[in-house]
Amino acid sequence: MDEALRTKPSSRKPKYSRFTQQELPAWKPILTPKWFITSFVTIAILFTPAGLLCLWASEHVVEIVDRYDDDCLPDSYATNPETFIQSKNTNKTCVRTLKIPRKMTAPIFIYYQLDNFYQNHRRYVKSRSEKQLRDPDDEDETDDCKPIENLNGNEGGPIVPCGLVAWSLFNDTYKFFKGNKVIDIDKKNIAWESDKKYKFGSEVYPKNFQKEGLIGGGQLDESKPLSEQENLIVWMKTAALPTFRKLYGRINTDLEANETITIVIQNNYNTYEFGGEKKVALSTANWIGGKNDFFGISFLAIGGVCFFVAITFILLYVFKPRPPGDPTYLSWNRNQPAQ
Amino acid sequence: MKRFVYVNDDDLSHELYCDNRVSNRKYTLLNFIPKNLWEQFSRFMNQYFLLIACLQLWPLITPVNPASTWGPLIFIFAVSATKEGWDDYCRYVSDKKANEKEVWVVREGSKKLIQAQDIHVGNLVWLRENDEVPCDLVLLGTSESQGVCYVETSALDGETDLKTRSIPPACMGIDSDLLHKIKGVIECPKPDKDIRRFDANLRLFPPFIDNDVCPLTIKNTILQSCYLRNTDWACGVAVYTGNETKLGMSRGVAEPKLTAMDAMIDKLTGAIFIFQIVVVIVLGIAGNVWKDTEARKHWYLLYPDEGPWYELLIIPLRFELLCSIMIPISIKVSLDLVKSLYAKFIDWDKQMVDLDTGTPANATNTAISEDLGQVEYILTDKTGTLTENKMIFKRCCIAGTYFGNENGDAVKDVELLNAINTGSPDAVKFLTVMAICNTVIPIKSPSGIVSYKAQSQDEEALVRAAASMHMDFVSKNSNILDINFNGSLIQYEVLDYLEFTSDRKRMSVVVRDCSSSKIILLSKGADEAILPCAYAGFQTKTFYEAVDQYAQMGLRTFCLAWRELNEDEYQEWSLMFKEANSTLVDREWRVAEVCQRLERDLEILGVAAIEDRLQDGVPEAIETLRKAGINFWMLTGDKQNTAIQIALSCNFVSPEPKGQLLLINGKTEDEVCRNLERVLLTMRITKAEPKDVAFVIDGWALEIALKNYRKAFTELAILSRTAICCRVTPSQKAQLVELLKYCDYRTLAIGDGGNDVRMIQQADIGVGISGREGLQAARAADYSIGKFRFLTRLILVHGRYSYNRTAFLSQYSFYKSLLICFIQIFFSFVSGVSGTSLFNSVSLMAYNVFYTSVPVLVSVLDKDLSEKTVMQHPQILFYCQAGRLLNPTTFAGWFGRALFHAIVVFAITIHSYAFEKSEMEEVSMVALSGCVWLQAFVVTLETNSFTILQHVAIWGNLVVFYIINWIVSALPRSGMYTIMYRLCRQPTYWNTMFLIVAAGMGPVLALKYFRYTYRSSKINILQQAERLGGPIMSLGSIEPQPRTLDTDSLTPLSISQPKSGRNSVFEPLLSDSPNAMRRSFGPGATFDFFQSQSKSSYYPRDKDN
Repeated sequence: MDEALRTKPSSRKPKYSRFTQQELPAWKPILTPKWFITSFVTIAILFTPAGLLCLWASEHVVEIVDRYDDDCLPDSYATNPETFIQSKNTNKTCVRTLKIPRKMTAPIFIYYQLDNFYQNHRRYVKSRSEKQLRDPDDEDETDDCKPIENLNGNEGGPIVPCGLVAWSLFNDTYKFFKGNKVIDIDKKNIAWESDKKYKFGSEVYPKNFQKEGLIGGGQLDESKPLSEQENLIVWMKTAALPTFRKLYGRINTDLEANETITIVIQNNYNTYEFGGEKKVALSTANWIGGKNDFFGISFLAIGGVCFFVAITFILLYVFKPRPPGDPTYLSWNRNQPAQ
Repeated sequence: MKRFVYVNDDDLSHELYCDNRVSNRKYTLLNFIPKNLWEQFSRFMNQYFLLIACLQLWPLITPVNPASTWGPLIFIFAVSATKEGWDDYCRYVSDKKANEKEVWVVREGSKKLIQAQDIHVGNLVWLRENDEVPCDLVLLGTSESQGVCYVETSALDGETDLKTRSIPPACMGIDSDLLHKIKGVIECPKPDKDIRRFDANLRLFPPFIDNDVCPLTIKNTILQSCYLRNTDWACGVAVYTGNETKLGMSRGVAEPKLTAMDAMIDKLTGAIFIFQIVVVIVLGIAGNVWKDTEARKHWYLLYPDEGPWYELLIIPLRFELLCSIMIPISIKVSLDLVKSLYAKFIDWDKQMVDLDTGTPANATNTAISEDLGQVEYILTDKTGTLTENKMIFKRCCIAGTYFGNENGDAVKDVELLNAINTGSPDAVKFLTVMAICNTVIPIKSPSGIVSYKAQSQDEEALVRAAASMHMDFVSKNSNILDINFNGSLIQYEVLDYLEFTSDRKRMSVVVRDCSSSKIILLSKGADEAILPCAYAGFQTKTFYEAVDQYAQMGLRTFCLAWRELNEDEYQEWSLMFKEANSTLVDREWRVAEVCQRLERDLEILGVAAIEDRLQDGVPEAIETLRKAGINFWMLTGDKQNTAIQIALSCNFVSPEPKGQLLLINGKTEDEVCRNLERVLLTMRITKAEPKDVAFVIDGWALEIALKNYRKAFTELAILSRTAICCRVTPSQKAQLVELLKYCDYRTLAIGDGGNDVRMIQQADIGVGISGREGLQAARAADYSIGKFRFLTRLILVHGRYSYNRTAFLSQYSFYKSLLICFIQIFFSFVSGVSGTSLFNSVSLMAYNVFYTSVPVLVSVLDKDLSEKTVMQHPQILFYCQAGRLLNPTTFAGWFGRALFHAIVVFAITIHSYAFEKSEMEEVSMVALSGCVWLQAFVVTLETNSFTILQHVAIWGNLVVFYIINWIVSALPRSGMYTIMYRLCRQPTYWNTMFLIVAAGMGPVLALKYFRYTYRSSKINILQQAERLGGPIMSLGSIEPQPRTLDTDSLTPLSISQPKSGRNSVFEPLLSDSPNAMRRSFGPGATFDFFQSQSKSSYYPRDKDN
């Protein structure tokens, strides 16, 4: 026993290193008033101009939003909009006139905006088949697509593209006129390049789509592969929030201030049933993206609050100084009798 | 139920009892997987995770890929299974080694060499010197003519002295050839684990006719794992084999110890679980309501009118799965990992290496380092723990003359040497008693140097001292002792040993001087046992004085005495002695009585004083730890005076008038009761005074107190910061530990010998000193250290850091899980309460496994205060003891922070990425980036010291986050294809990150700054002092402040002790927090920082009340 003890230590002796001894050189900052106030003032100084910059950029974005779902509903159908929207015989054409407030330089993005539409609902968001969209050989991969999988139960063969997302494709259409002149809308390249290339196959053609009794949204051109059906690709990029905009197209000409443009809308898409809203939006863009005052305001707000906090603590520091590390505040120095 | 062992009977014994195969294995190859899985699944956490993982297999409800839970789960299980398996394999290997050891066993009348595992009950086993005993044997024969042999039992009870074992009288005189043929039967009890008891009978069969049943005791056995020493051979019959030996039976698997922190984490986990259930129920109901009222209007969802019967359950179950990450699966892995690193730091610590022996500290139990930081009571052994256990003869008083007073070493005292050389009869007699009145065995090594094997260190010290003063005990041949005195050989024949018992407190030897044939009685023992036996008229006053004087110095004293016997008296007594020795009933008492008849009319020769030096740094260590608010109890087998002296010399108690010792003595219940009440009364009165009050109790009184006045004694235990318990047995030590644990104190027991093992195992933390009394204690302990003084470092540095680090790590783990979970919950409000997951499976798993786990792991390097500062201000340990850094209040702080951060991340994300940008994958990645950025800053803010590793982990982790996501974004097949590239090019993304970080960290930073500067805790103050470099050194000198300051001590207290109302976030509101208690006690009780702690915690803790 004793021998084992005596021979062991040499091998058991710990190796000395700064790590094993927990003595790695360390930077030990402390929260001094100087440090704290400097950092808050810095944030204030940085955030205020940044906020102003963002606000300025956001101001430069010209945006026109027009809600049309209510106005495009004929008065006779005001009480039962669903009959109107579901009927094939009603005239759904609707004309809106918009005034351009400021000059809009090309490209001008046309968006449709839906409110209270839950593209992020679990039942909805899962109802699609990535494989089927990508590869023509996988057209039977419709398991995830419930309840829009196969035509007429299982007999009619798979629906391509399957699933609720594709089925509920947005199908309002817009035509823009300046006076009587048609404004061209560029509907190419509105989807992500990567989606067109990898997610939606160039060999996959729509099949059995919207052939069943219950028709959801828009139709697809069966002669074009999915990769070229950009409105579908855009729609299938599901939104994370119940209010969202999707790109409809682009106007590649400038619109001058105070010009009046007319939009001829085919009001096909049913948002009346669930009390959603439909809007059309025209917007220019710059580095900040579309119009969004949120950044400017929050930068300014945070900068302001930081400034205020910094001032408060400076005052506190001046009028009620508290020397750091004062050993007299260690209570045992006072209370414990000398031993 | 008895067991009958037929000695040396090859046929009968085989099937009845197990063979000698030792097995400590828990598993076999076949049952490993089921048994291990079963054990792992008996833990609540694992059951929970398994349930979640199973639920995730149901695609209808799972928000994410099941692999994201199964992966980590299987990993965790695989890791612990591998660890268990490896441990079991190691046990298997060591068992195999023991089982295959070869031993000599009698088979069919002749000795054969067989493997140890083939020994059967009833076999005759032959052992040679220095052999290990393979199983429990009843001794039948030895090489010694008196039928004794010597065994070392250190592996069994940790005592390194040699013990004498003798063969039963019935076997006396059988020679070794006949032993081969011996037959008989032993009637013995069923196997048990009591290593001090063996009540059996032996009857030999013809031709060894002895019709009487011969009783056997533990003295007639040699037990498994002992070693045969100083005996050429011994032979015994196997009575217990394999796992049924005394050692095997006592080898239980020690209960795994759970730290206070683990218990708290479990409690918090439970709270989170309840919270989770509430969230699930609320959201489940909301989801079903939304589905029935709203969702059916949303035609694009195509909700069927009639769902399956379990439809109502689907949404709650989805939320259960979404919220399951609230309880982080990673916490157990992270904690195990850092805990083993804490243990490694202890093993590695260079400052805890005992330079004398080169033994480093060792953490056997890697799981309880945090508890070290929360210790409230330390129960310590004295001999070998506080002292070095190196007994050295220092002074003596021979016939009224003091020797060794000038230079402190009697061996070098010229006067004494002169007296010996001139043959002064007193001195020679004194030396003779020193040399031969003992049970020491001199062993001559081949080189001629004599070493001594002694039952007690004291005897060895006396013999050694005598040897260095020319009274050299050279050898012992059976009964003949050879003494070499000044070159001439003196021989004594030992006639009888009157053995030492703790009741008699003395031992004597009767010898015959071989040259003069005179019979002499030599005695030595405690003063109270020897001095009253002096012959009438003998002046014992000087000796009493000497004993007092030596005890004052903390020396152990022995009185030495002798008496010449005349032949008749001896013969007469010898008969009585033999008779007493062979009684079966009350033998010990009878023997003691007979001994007393001889031990009278003694001539007192003198007093020998033996020093057991304190270990280096013991007083300082105790003072530091007492300042840290730790209460010390000393539990010793030593006598009261010595214990008190040692206690005084190592700062255990303060001398008068500051300290006060209250004695509880008494032999009867009444006496003890009266004493106890008197002491309690004094304690209650003096508790308001800053006085060191300690009580002293001896084993006998303790026995009575624990049995009959448990409640009063418990109260006393709680009131008293210091206690000295003398003459206590190992089981009493364990009982005291239990008592304190019962009062809900964290106890640490430290000891070095086999007698401390039970207390060490009983305590929350057991620390063993790998000292001279063998390794028994060190092996049973959770930590073993080389010297007592390392305890300071173990507790103040390792324990405290471990506590702080785990407190942060565990709460942070919950914080990050809650953060991501809250965001999911918020998202469900904008997704129709349908249980959509905002984050995809890959992100969720990576968030838990990489992004948030790695940076926080380096918090094991975090040090809030430097080691030096902690050592200078041990009081700071109070924060750990009171659990200030991990309790429901601090946890609420983290919970609030998670909620706040989730709101910040979610609100900013959905406003930044609104309208045309609100694309699912992008929003998800923005929110995730926000969380990862925030957590980097949270870790930064909570880190006190940044080593290079911390910088790498925190900022490197951010870089890795982007790299991983870029890689994932480069895979066309992944759902996140190109997402990260797009985001990184958008100014909006970076603006969002700035906003999230500023809005999330600003308030946290401001709050921290405010608390740090204006409501600073003592940790903060010391940090500031230490890091500003200024007054840190002077801090130490301020400490012993004059009492004058105490008068105004009541007001500033409120500054340094924040009031609970004003900032309750990080201060505990627990009732057992000393501060809360102090406030409730009012200003009168605030006198002493720590005394108030112990006394205030009395009421809630005493469960009897």
